[in-house]
Amino acid sequence: MNLTLYVWRQASAASAGRLSRYEAADLSPDMSFLELLDVVNERLTRQGEAPIAFDHDCREGICGSCGLMINGVAHGPLKATATCQLHLRSFRDGATIYIEPWRARAFPVLRDLVVDRTAFDRIIAAGGFVGVSTGSAPDANSLPVPKTDADLAMDAAQCIGCGACVAACPNASAMLFTAAKVGHLALLPQGQPERMRRALGMVQQMDAEGFGGCTWHGECMEACPKEISIDWIARLYRDYIRASATRPERVAVEVAL
Amino acid sequence: MELNARIPSGPLAEKWDRHRFEMKLVNPANKRKYSVIVVGTGLAGGSAAASLGELGYQVSCFCFQDSPRRAHSIAAQGGINAAKNYQNDGDSIWRLFYDTIKGGDFRAREANVYRLAQISVSIIDQCVAQGVPFAREYGGLLANRSFGGAQVSRTFYARGQTGQQLLLGCYQALERQVAAGTVRMYPRTEMLDLVLIDGAARGIVTRDLVTGKVESQVADAVILATGGYGNVFYLSTNARGSNVTATYRAYKRGAAFGNPCYTQIHPTCIPVSGDYQSKLTLMSESLRNDGRVWVPRAGGDGRPPQQIPEAERDYYLERKYPSFGNLCPRDIASRAAKEVCDEGRGVGPGGLGVYLDFGDAIGRIGEAKVAERYGNLFQMYQRITDENPYQTPMRIFPAVHYTMGGLWVDYNLMSTIPGLHVLGEANFSDHGANRLGASALMQGLADGYFIIPYTLGDYLATAKLPRVDATHPAFRAAEAEVGERARKLLGIRGQRTVDSFHRELGRLLWEHCGMARTAAGLKANLDRIPALRQEFWENVNVPGSGEELNQSLERAGRVADFLEFAELLCRDALHREESCGGHFRVEHQTPDGEALRDDQHFCYVAAWEYQGPDRVPALRREPLEFENVHLSTRSYK
Repeated sequence: MNLTLYVWRQASAASAGRLSRYEAADLSPDMSFLELLDVVNERLTRQGEAPIAFDHDCREGICGSCGLMINGVAHGPLKATATCQLHLRSFRDGATIYIEPWRARAFPVLRDLVVDRTAFDRIIAAGGFVGVSTGSAPDANSLPVPKTDADLAMDAAQCIGCGACVAACPNASAMLFTAAKVGHLALLPQGQPERMRRALGMVQQMDAEGFGGCTWHGECMEACPKEISIDWIARLYRDYIRASATRPERVAVEVAL
Repeated sequence: MELNARIPSGPLAEKWDRHRFEMKLVNPANKRKYSVIVVGTGLAGGSAAASLGELGYQVSCFCFQDSPRRAHSIAAQGGINAAKNYQNDGDSIWRLFYDTIKGGDFRAREANVYRLAQISVSIIDQCVAQGVPFAREYGGLLANRSFGGAQVSRTFYARGQTGQQLLLGCYQALERQVAAGTVRMYPRTEMLDLVLIDGAARGIVTRDLVTGKVESQVADAVILATGGYGNVFYLSTNARGSNVTATYRAYKRGAAFGNPCYTQIHPTCIPVSGDYQSKLTLMSESLRNDGRVWVPRAGGDGRPPQQIPEAERDYYLERKYPSFGNLCPRDIASRAAKEVCDEGRGVGPGGLGVYLDFGDAIGRIGEAKVAERYGNLFQMYQRITDENPYQTPMRIFPAVHYTMGGLWVDYNLMSTIPGLHVLGEANFSDHGANRLGASALMQGLADGYFIIPYTLGDYLATAKLPRVDATHPAFRAAEAEVGERARKLLGIRGQRTVDSFHRELGRLLWEHCGMARTAAGLKANLDRIPALRQEFWENVNVPGSGEELNQSLERAGRVADFLEFAELLCRDALHREESCGGHFRVEHQTPDGEALRDDQHFCYVAAWEYQGPDRVPALRREPLEFENVHLSTRSYK
């Protein structure tokens, strides 16, 4: 099959970018989307042009490195699928495809399709953990966890941190990402002691990074390769409001620490 | 070079306890005066950096990915072993130890493996406390499943994403230390050299992958947790970025490389679909709990699988290995798949595949239960192949997955370079010639959470380390070398891309140093690899400059190292005139085609010492002494 690509090219964070057109011929429908970029890059290299920079690593949909806006849709047309797991059989022969990086103030473009997502790490550092140092854990079976809670926690914990939720959101909000971590830990007994400060700390960091607020569009859930539900945002609101309302002084002191 | 494994004296079960008492401690108030570099943020590196940060050391942690959460441990699917015996099915520390030693075909150190089995139970406790959502039973307690090479259920899992959940637990612990100020994280930063001063590891030279800036990082000790070298084969289940550079450059600075020929070829991967293929995808071994492996009895049987009657199917693993059946270890399952394909009974395009069939399981426990256990794996399979495994059997074929070889380390996980510690897949230590399923996660976390925090303290408390900084001539010289190498790669402007060399190298290795190795094939590789390397340095095309985000340059540096390392791998495979675990020499097999070990001549660790460019490395032997287990012929029949 043959495709016409328009790819966002931008030499560095400081320079302006533009869409460049490339023709890709003799492709197999069984090829993955990133393999399509590999093929184009091999040709560009042979022609002495700069290959297209893009993030990728595991190529099996779990590391969360890859992420492209494909025809304006985060991770492309297939539901519940990261870019690396998208195959050309999802496109028709002769199609034109626009490929762009995630667009969000908190995710500045570094080059071509590569963006800086370290803001996500800082949101986790602001409370997305259980504060248990190595060696201090009780026996693993000392606290039973209802299977339904453990399963539900796992639904949220599957987040791969790719940033598609931010890219898909008209407000560039990181609410789904933040909510998934808050929700995962809030369902488990181990997450209770820090539950309130976690919700406050992570939301405050999210705001500080320049992500927008949630206005309930639901685009994040549609784009999420792990189908993390917007319900988690409702749970986050609940914890956030409770934390702000019930223990504001104590929480404020803890967050400041 | 002397190989001193520093195995503590005393009975096996008491060695680690005794050693922990005998090791020197660093006073809590003094820990912050010591700086430690950790390279790699997978399960081993991430857990080490977090735990050392908690203890109060000043940790600098490096990864080439954009976030520490993306390290390739994240892709481990099936589970993590621990000798908890929660299932009351006869498990014990001793049994896990024995299974691991036997699974490794008696080519691992007893003392290390016993310690691993002891620590395994604490790992599960730690991970649960971090909020890792392991699978549970309705009563609220942890669930287990069985895995290859074991007859007990000791594997803990989180759906098919166990590695992801363990890594996120460890990444969160790491970020907690970043917030606390004990760990400084350097993402998108690649280690390109190791720096020694007075014979001890004192730092690394790194390249900032965004700006291209080459910098020296100084510390009192260096920890490498940079994973395995499976990508030397080009096609593997490893992430595209996984590479040998950190360990290989440490090797060139004097760290011995242990057993490079021990590579693991995993039996259940999705077959290659075309020339453009960039990686292979693993289907977790846990699938073999309920899936049955078969091929048609007759060669050239082109019928769709549903039309092949039961009597005309050969469930060859159940037939050949009745007691372990589909759950025999990976090396055995892989070789058996190769055998039936060599006989012309393989299925799918090119005849390079076997069926993994869930028909019986769906009949027995229902589609919903199968979906609960393996849903995400089935989904992944369908996405890649466009076939529905609930309706038609999966097609699988072996692929390079893990490397048991790695930098040689002593009982303290220190390499032959003082101050250079090596953890996880990057070291050679615990899996012998074959790793059992669900043991990699266990080893990575054992090394990082529960071993290095003690042994590093002992090193720092006893080493005499002069104060140095980045102006030291050794750092200046290493920086200059790194810069020069990049300029050289960028200046060639030849005709071939980096990937074309990498693919060619991969084909040579898969062909002659893969599932079956012969002296003739390995010798041919030892001629062809240097020629390919020479062509690379004359004819590779690396576009762009060194002062920018340049992914071609990153890959070129890694492939240049693979081109040297591949020779070491083949040399080790040629020297080891026996078959053991994942290393199968065609010349050494039993009449029924099983691996034939030679304990009289090869019961040792082969540690290779670099002797300079284009010189044959020196072989040092660490004899393996088995005081507690009897060396037997591994049988899964």
